[in-house]
Amino acid sequence: MSAASHGGDGGERRDFLVITAGAFVGVGAVGLVWPFVDQMNPSADVLALSSTEVDISGIEPGQSVTISWRGKPVFVRRRTEAEIDAALAVDVDDLPDPQTDEERHKAGKAEWLVVLGICTHLGCVPLGYAGEYDGWFCPCHGSHYDTSGRIRKGPAPANLEVPEYEFLTDTQIKIG
Amino acid sequence: MSFQTDNKLIKWFDDRLPLVSVMHHTFVQHPYPRNLNFAYQFGSILGVMLTLQIVTGIVLAMHYTAHTSMAFDSVEHIMRDVNYGWLLRYMHANGASMFFIAVYLHMFRGLYYGSYKAPREMIWMIGVVILLVMMATGFMGYVLPWGQMSFWGATVITNLFSALPVVGDPIVTWLWGGFAVDNPTLNRFFSLHYLLPFVIFGLVFLHLVALHQKGSTNPLGIEIKGPADYISFHPYFTVKDFFGFAAFGVLFAVFVFWFPNYLGHPDNYIPADPLVTPAHIVPEWYFLPFYAILRSVPDKLLGVLAMFAAIGVLFILPWLDRSRVRSAAFRPQYKWFFWIFALDCIVLGYAGSQPAEGPMLVVSQIATFYYFFHFIFLMPVLGWFERPKPLPTSISEAVLAGKASTSAGENA
Repeated sequence: MSAASHGGDGGERRDFLVITAGAFVGVGAVGLVWPFVDQMNPSADVLALSSTEVDISGIEPGQSVTISWRGKPVFVRRRTEAEIDAALAVDVDDLPDPQTDEERHKAGKAEWLVVLGICTHLGCVPLGYAGEYDGWFCPCHGSHYDTSGRIRKGPAPANLEVPEYEFLTDTQIKIG
Repeated sequence: MSFQTDNKLIKWFDDRLPLVSVMHHTFVQHPYPRNLNFAYQFGSILGVMLTLQIVTGIVLAMHYTAHTSMAFDSVEHIMRDVNYGWLLRYMHANGASMFFIAVYLHMFRGLYYGSYKAPREMIWMIGVVILLVMMATGFMGYVLPWGQMSFWGATVITNLFSALPVVGDPIVTWLWGGFAVDNPTLNRFFSLHYLLPFVIFGLVFLHLVALHQKGSTNPLGIEIKGPADYISFHPYFTVKDFFGFAAFGVLFAVFVFWFPNYLGHPDNYIPADPLVTPAHIVPEWYFLPFYAILRSVPDKLLGVLAMFAAIGVLFILPWLDRSRVRSAAFRPQYKWFFWIFALDCIVLGYAGSQPAEGPMLVVSQIATFYYFFHFIFLMPVLGWFERPKPLPTSISEAVLAGKASTSAGENA
């Protein structure tokens, strides 16, 4: 009734009410949907298992161990001189994912290579000391990694990921 | 000719909830082309398979435990301890394969007879959505026994999303509920695997509403023109469909009772180990052509996109095909290309089952190219260059040619 008596103002007032009410409903709906989406993200107990300590004193040169971190395999590989030389001999610019060997190990710890054992293609676990570059070979779709864990051939787009880790002592590392 | 009865109880009921008259309308009044052949068998078989999967699935869920430490053992418990558990599980596992056999034949029928063409685009597109939901359901079901193939299949397929730039990794973490496929993943897959068949059921309802709206196609690809062209569903197609159920049931039973693990993979009887990938992982057979397409592209993102595009292209097929003639029976060139395409799909399936290296990789690349070439180039171009054979004037005329003494022969 008052809308009619105020002429054009009533229309604008209705538009305003429709738009603001619609916006509030929209924001409210998104706010309500979010808990249903976010519940699928990692829960607090999963996040709590974020670091693990490893004793590496028993690993000989030319040997690699696989440990489990956040439910994923991590390769700790003690490289031989020949393997390090092979990793250094590569022309970095020719790599699909260019990285020098130095960028992939801790300073002064060239013999220790720590990488996630997850092929960057579709997540299989590559086999060690295999493939054309004697680093890793992923049997699922044929990706070859070198002794620095860098992708050299095959469908994987990136090098094996180096997780966050630190040397606590010379024989103890903490991953995560 | 609407539904009529003298039964007071049925009248009372139907007046308030018109179930009986809707059934009567569908099965007795609605016109179905009189010339539907056995290629038109698979729709009803799919309905039976969906029901069977839901029923066997519900009872299997009564014995299954969705936890990484117990899932594998609970499946063995079903196989060894639960009364008839072996039968129910083999029916369910082989039922999924039978479901896909029927759906692929149903789709090839649609491709051959041009069922996707105007005005039936919605039927076809809803069908493609059903296929996608079926694939998601089948994939998640295969994860539940928590064997090696379950685990690594889940890892590879969920990792497909990591190919997306920027949002890829957060999406994968979100799908997993952790940093690898683990218990949260198994739990949500079980929840969704239970839900999705009912979503399919709803989609099938829409599929049938759309089908009812425009009516079924037929091998001649021409519309119903008069009463001599059609018959009722009951009793004609009820009888035909029951014969089809029996024949398909024999095939199903052969697998369930004699080759229950033929379509599976022995590695899935090894409990899941997150630290060791099997030397040669393959998906279930019904994903192999798409898996071959994924692997034939050397780039990760493009491979994933090509795989999704292989299904996406089906959505726009009604507009890619420029021919106004539906049935391949009257399309002399398309008929050949249809069979080449069918062969191409089989080649892709075989390539997907083999390690992706050497000559097999080249074969899968050629087959992948041809798959898209068929839809994107041949379908539009054939419509312009092909000279179709003359269409019959009516279904009854074509069907009854040379059978002049049939009572329905006096064409309306």
